Amino acid sequence: MTPDPTLPTAAPETYPTVTDADDQPVDVHSPVAEHAVELATARKDIVRIATAGSVDDGKSTLIGRLLYDSKAIFEDQYEAVARASKGDHVDLALLTDGLRAEREQGITIDVAYRYFSTPRRTFILADTPGHVQYTRNMVTGASTADLAIVLVDARNGMVEQSRRHAFLASLLRVPHLVVAVNKMDLVGWSQEVFDRIADEFSAFAAKLSVPDLTVVPISALHGDNVVTHSQESPWYEGPTLLHHLEHVHVASDRNLTDARFPVQYVVRPQTEEHHDYRGYAGTVASGAFRPGDEVQVLPSGLSTTITGIDGPRGPVEEAFPPMAVTLRLADDLDVSRGDLVCKPENAPTATQDLDALVCWMAEEPLRPRQRIAVKHTTRTVRAVVKELAYRLDVNTLHRDREATELGLNDIGRVRLRATQPLFVDDYTRNRVTGRFILVDEATNATVGAGMLTPAG
Amino acid sequence: MSTPDYRLSQLETLEAESIHVIREVAAELERPVLLFSGGKDSIVMLELARKAFAPARIPFPVMHVDTGLNFPDVLEFRDKRVAELGVQLIVASVPDAMAQGLVKEEPNGSRNRIQTPVLLDAVEEHGFTALFGGARRDEDKARAKERVFSFRDEFGQWDPKNQRPELWDLYNGRIHLGESIRVFPLSNWTELDIWQYVLREQIAIPPLYLAQEREVVERQGMLYAVNEFIRPRDGEQPFRATVRYRTVGDANLTAAVRSEATTVEEVIAEIAVTRMTERGATRGDDKVSDAAMEDRKKEGYF
Repeated sequence: MTPDPTLPTAAPETYPTVTDADDQPVDVHSPVAEHAVELATARKDIVRIATAGSVDDGKSTLIGRLLYDSKAIFEDQYEAVARASKGDHVDLALLTDGLRAEREQGITIDVAYRYFSTPRRTFILADTPGHVQYTRNMVTGASTADLAIVLVDARNGMVEQSRRHAFLASLLRVPHLVVAVNKMDLVGWSQEVFDRIADEFSAFAAKLSVPDLTVVPISALHGDNVVTHSQESPWYEGPTLLHHLEHVHVASDRNLTDARFPVQYVVRPQTEEHHDYRGYAGTVASGAFRPGDEVQVLPSGLSTTITGIDGPRGPVEEAFPPMAVTLRLADDLDVSRGDLVCKPENAPTATQDLDALVCWMAEEPLRPRQRIAVKHTTRTVRAVVKELAYRLDVNTLHRDREATELGLNDIGRVRLRATQPLFVDDYTRNRVTGRFILVDEATNATVGAGMLTPAG
Repeated sequence: MSTPDYRLSQLETLEAESIHVIREVAAELERPVLLFSGGKDSIVMLELARKAFAPARIPFPVMHVDTGLNFPDVLEFRDKRVAELGVQLIVASVPDAMAQGLVKEEPNGSRNRIQTPVLLDAVEEHGFTALFGGARRDEDKARAKERVFSFRDEFGQWDPKNQRPELWDLYNGRIHLGESIRVFPLSNWTELDIWQYVLREQIAIPPLYLAQEREVVERQGMLYAVNEFIRPRDGEQPFRATVRYRTVGDANLTAAVRSEATTVEEVIAEIAVTRMTERGATRGDDKVSDAAMEDRKKEGYF
């Protein structure tokens, strides 16, 4: 199998490799291996990416390109794809089509997760299909993302689907949006075409309050501006796509102001050695906690002091998101799963009335008066749908106030009344305490995703 | 630990995510069990479970589906680790099921497929509602699409076209009687992450994972160490080679790779520069077809 001649050789910023030459063991003491270890074991942070776009936009090719150029693709995977490729070049898109049904039907039916890393960062990429079940899939993929990449075909410019994807990314408050204008080779690397698309997108993004937008001209097929700068676009002075992914500032996207700790599990060893140990395990949602801090526990409202915080390797001096820790408290309060630990001067809102934008994901529509389970942090309550204020047209952003139900993949503003108070913040301020899922109590299916926002 | 910039490394982030998942299952599902084979992924998963509940004991048992074709080193390791942690070990035995006529040996000698009914029987017998597995999404195309909480019907079947949407870290563990959830706390770990974590946390692993000189035969381009399950066939000339195992499956089907890696650091060096996936390099049972894993998973395999 001859490799695709259009694929460049090793990019400067990726791992060195040696091929598994027949039968020869890897020389683990070679300079190459030592360098690889140094790069591979460097302290990195994780950046989560969601990609949106259809096969026609070249999304699978782009992902294949990122995986291949960052050497996340192994020889046997590459060979399998090369064997399966029709036509005269290796079809990198085949790297990402997972299931047989997908290959047979030429469609992508579900979110797939990919992993690649560079010496600076490690990436988790949620690859969301563009056509089928697009809202459900895109919302799933974008829910955890730090950054979303929306693919646009340079020949078509911004189409309805691109608007939809950008809107969903903004709805989920993905902090960074990248528009990759692909197939630039097919428009002769025209700066005019690129500028027009970039302007159009910027205008649209302004309406969506997208905090950070970057537009990059690329050719995924040939690799231009994906990992290395293209000679075809001397007029483009911005970063390559990978450079942007490696350097975009994600650390400040978390809420480090409002201390929130939903209690997940009560740890009680009940052994001789740890006779009096009682700890409250959970994941820090936002803010920071230190031993000695005065804290308040909701719903009781009682105050106490943190006496110690245990992390995976023993006591820690500070806990911040997304650390999974166990808090020890000075007073023997009645604290259980679903309670929330915060600071007395900065508590979330305790409310039974939930105003939220809801993405509906079930065939059976959401209607007023329906009863449903709400899972919010570690607390699950029952609720009734009080009101559907409007249904949103994701293409025009028009609010249909006459709507009487939300169908599959619809988005609308809903008011729920819960049987018990939840401790909430606005999703725009806190992505953890501002979100919930809806579960159908009869089928047990996850049927909706909600983002709490002030009424308006 | 002082971290003024409030950042976690990738290993700390993955660790936190896995611990969150494990605690969520213990809190929401009635009878979880952790699948523990003595392989490196399940060793890391068990270590994460220990950390999730420390200083208390792990609040659920572990189970091993014993194909009867295990490397003795690995079984020894399994028993030692379980004893150290004071957790209950349940063994679901494929040879016992064969003796009772419940499953039949397949012509190719692989017990990969027939371990599924044995697993499902044990799940039913013990009434387990959640099963922790050490599978990672980077292992295989079908696994890349699997949820962290993977819903299974009463036959343990996976329906890839009808998975529950999984949003944020709000996992839905609700099931009806007879149904179960497969939980994959290591979903987002890669092979390299696992080894880095083994190194960082100084986690004990069976010696098979490290290179040493072993007597091997070559079969279809792969090296198999001679053991009680692999005997040289006619025309095969056993020879000595320095090899290690990248995965530990059944002793009759898992190949070794030539390696000089005698320490965990050296294993990391090897993986960092190696260009073959671990399954592709060492598993005879995954070579059958491109969709082999997808088919097995639909039947209730991990």
